[in-house]
Amino acid sequence: MTIEETAWIYILSYSGALGLILLGIIGMVISRHLIRIILGLMLLEAGVNLFLITIGYRANGVAPILVDGQVPAAIMVDPIPQALVLTAIVIGVAVQALALALVVKTYKAYGTLDTQELAEKIAQESGTRIVDGIPVSLPVPATRQLVEEKSA
Amino acid sequence: MNLREITSLIFIFGLGFLLYAVLKTLPYGEIVTGIGPVILDRAPEEVGTANIVASVLLAYRGLDTLGELTVLFVAATAIGLVLGQRRPDTPYDPEAGFILRSAADLLFPFLIVVGAYIILHGHLTPGGGFQGGAILAAAFFIPLLASPASSLNHHVSSLIEGLAGAAFIIIGLIALFGKEYFLAPLFGTGEVGELFSAGSLPLLYLAVGLKVGAELAGLLARLSETEASD
Repeated sequence: MTIEETAWIYILSYSGALGLILLGIIGMVISRHLIRIILGLMLLEAGVNLFLITIGYRANGVAPILVDGQVPAAIMVDPIPQALVLTAIVIGVAVQALALALVVKTYKAYGTLDTQELAEKIAQESGTRIVDGIPVSLPVPATRQLVEEKSA
Repeated sequence: MNLREITSLIFIFGLGFLLYAVLKTLPYGEIVTGIGPVILDRAPEEVGTANIVASVLLAYRGLDTLGELTVLFVAATAIGLVLGQRRPDTPYDPEAGFILRSAADLLFPFLIVVGAYIILHGHLTPGGGFQGGAILAAAFFIPLLASPASSLNHHVSSLIEGLAGAAFIIIGLIALFGKEYFLAPLFGTGEVGELFSAGSLPLLYLAVGLKVGAELAGLLARLSETEASD
């Protein structure tokens, strides 16, 4: 195959990587459930890995592994992105496991994984108020006065 | 649709357009990293691995692999810290049926053999310490899934993990004092394609495999050992 004939490999692979990255980001931004946010992170990682692997591809390339001590021909794909992706996969697994452990702890503490409900519960617990869906530790004058009156 | 979803959709379209514009400038059909072809040419003589990715991972960028192992170690430690010790009086999940339990026992030796094979042939064939380590971890984790009441010995797994990590660093230090570079390949290259070739790289991969296997098994066991409910 000539380079022009292999163009569809690049087109498919790059659009797949782009689609996975965008899907992952949109999943992380739009969804309110913590597990879905982690799933979005996984999609994003898969997209980035596919993107890196595609950068290292060359037309008609073979895997960078010598068979029967053959001299490396000029048709091997780039080994650097492959080593990078190997690293990225392992670190991705570690990050996902840590995120899931935190999710387990969150569920045990609050009984919900919906970020909005979590924000309300945390705000209630710590006496803060919710600004744009995030509990912000701004001083709330009314509650502060109440606390001062009680302690006095 | 609320405002937040609309703004995030606009953001996504903008980001997609930007990435598309970047991708259009990438040349295709050739290697763009620059260093790749040099490594492809020189790795067989310099390092002596048939699997050139392994030579990148352990010889040219060995320090990065050490950093990666550190990230994995930190994540496993953090998970242990977050999840904490299991309370002894909490009930376990019910035991799986006869078929699952026997299948887990039957699979165990095969998974160990496959994992060891993939680790030891990491410098010759696709695979290596990380992949083989994941299979070793699966070998120890599947019996735990079949019968949740049996527990993994965390002392042994962290002992193996610590010894393997120390072995990786000690091999690197020997290279530092013997050949002036940290983690430089030792003992010559040998014949490309033989099992005993590529100098100290198989030893490094063995350390990586044992460390990753012990770490992942301990990590998965900790995740599954947490109490289902309070």
